[in-house]
Amino acid sequence: MTQQSQARYTWGGDEFLFIEIAEGMSLEANFISNSIANALEAKALDGVIDICPANASLLIRFNPDTLPPAELEQVARSLEAEVRASTRQVLETRIVEIPVWYNDPYTNETGARFRAGYHQRPEGNDLDYAAEVNNLADAAEFIKRHHESPWLVSMVGFVAGLPFLYQLVDREHQLEVPKYLSPRTDTPALTIGHGGCFSCIYSVRGAGGYQMFGVAAAPIFDPGQELADFADFMVFFKPGDIVKFKPVDEAEYKRIQAEVEAGTFTYRQAPVSFDLAAALADPEGYKATLLEALNGI
Amino acid sequence: MAFEIREPGLSTTVQDQGRIGYYRYGIPQGGAMDQYSASLGNRLVGNTPAEAVLECTYIGPRVVTTTDAIVAVTGAPVDVFINGMPAPQYARLALAAGDELRFGVIQGGTKYFIAVHGGIDVPSVLGSRSTYPIGAIGGFEGRALAADDVLPVGAPIDNGLPVLSTIAEEDRPVFSRDVSVRVMLGLYEHHLSPEGIDNLLNAEWTLTPVADRMGLRYSGPGVQWREREQPFGAGQDPSNIVDAGYAVGSIQIPGGTQPIILHRDAVSGGGYAMVATVISTDMDLVARCAPGTKTRFVAVTMDQALEARHEHAAQVAKIWS
Repeated sequence: MTQQSQARYTWGGDEFLFIEIAEGMSLEANFISNSIANALEAKALDGVIDICPANASLLIRFNPDTLPPAELEQVARSLEAEVRASTRQVLETRIVEIPVWYNDPYTNETGARFRAGYHQRPEGNDLDYAAEVNNLADAAEFIKRHHESPWLVSMVGFVAGLPFLYQLVDREHQLEVPKYLSPRTDTPALTIGHGGCFSCIYSVRGAGGYQMFGVAAAPIFDPGQELADFADFMVFFKPGDIVKFKPVDEAEYKRIQAEVEAGTFTYRQAPVSFDLAAALADPEGYKATLLEALNGI
Repeated sequence: MAFEIREPGLSTTVQDQGRIGYYRYGIPQGGAMDQYSASLGNRLVGNTPAEAVLECTYIGPRVVTTTDAIVAVTGAPVDVFINGMPAPQYARLALAAGDELRFGVIQGGTKYFIAVHGGIDVPSVLGSRSTYPIGAIGGFEGRALAADDVLPVGAPIDNGLPVLSTIAEEDRPVFSRDVSVRVMLGLYEHHLSPEGIDNLLNAEWTLTPVADRMGLRYSGPGVQWREREQPFGAGQDPSNIVDAGYAVGSIQIPGGTQPIILHRDAVSGGGYAMVATVISTDMDLVARCAPGTKTRFVAVTMDQALEARHEHAAQVAKIWS
């Protein structure tokens, strides 16, 4: 990467600085966004209120009474230059296994209610459509592609605790599916959604425009902080987390739900160093390295 | 001390100055939509500016107080009744135990506020008592009020009551059907064609009924986008971007038809290009608009936005001095 500052800096009114790293999504852009966010956080500048790294951009909320806009921009530009100049691009993070009941009755029932006027393909379900637009044989083949390679949490937001996920495969193997033609007014909580190249997990029930592929078995947002994984905070995911989906059947889904109900469920997870250069050089090989960490526990 | 909710009103929520610092997790700032009006109420009843108030939307609640209470009603013009007798707005009101507070028809705007000495004493969640219904946190059980709720009111505050017992006419907010909202162009305004920017800034827009704490949608001539090749991951429509964080107050125009101003409970990010942002000072003004309000978006610079911010801060300081 070059030392030159390449991002676009622009203001969202008098309280927000927006930094667009790149127009298009890429692992590199996401890595830069997160690295600038972490570096700015470490500086603990007076007047910086909230740092929100996103897929290929970064939104910073500040108090212009304490921190003049020009001063914040100058700090951010120098951090960007440092991040681009850095030779070691490694993120100390974790890999988490998320059990998913793919092709489940809840999302299928909801999908069936939003067909005419909402969806591109009235016949079949969202998985059938996703398989078709990705030139895959059938829904089963699409599901396999969806869970066999891990995903990076490239952004958290939209609603409380919702992770946007970018699959750690090369550009040609990215699963791309258009969003619904018009957003649904309902999506079951914990739906695995997909729009463009991003998957997501809907943390709460509500409106949504992403295609629906299944439901996660355990919560990712726990306002009551009842489960051990939420002891520190009600939101489970943070940018940089790595997710491995694990397909489960109805019996396994219900067993996990019972554990959640009893308050005993914990996610299978392991610490991992994510090396950007290694991930870009050999996505397939690097996948094995990441999954090893999870298999080791 | 408590308020017994006999009728909840259309959508009555507990709000304060907002939950700042959790936007990175998708948790919106929340808080009273019209901060200035809420602040006037807190001032009249002898609170600090941080106490929680009730935000009423069009139709307010019917409330009975279990003990003596000092209250004030500020914000949108509405008839106020204590035990059926008319009472003034923007004034300190004394309620005796068992008194009933209710409201008549709203005469402008959409939101008015009930402040009570001691504040609405629901638990603070992530530093705020504001209600976030989607995440079911804050406020009273994470939701709008319902009939038979018993809402705790805080203990009396030591510092006594201010001399000020009514708000002077010139210090009250104005509820107009014809407003100019100051915005700063930016974020993705370069995706608009020159004609699109011209429409945004020079056309008259009308607030539609699709307006709530999350966002306010306007009808008008629409805007045009520049022709461009969509980048990887952005989606096909020219109003789409790779999903990004949304500035509070930013204006997006899905499909190029109806601008939406994102307000205090909006989603924190998404895939629609934002083309301008309402300056912080004018967010209250936007919240005061009723559907049908004629709206012009006036572009200002950062320096002008900061100047407006300082003037507004001076006005608030005057009320609290």
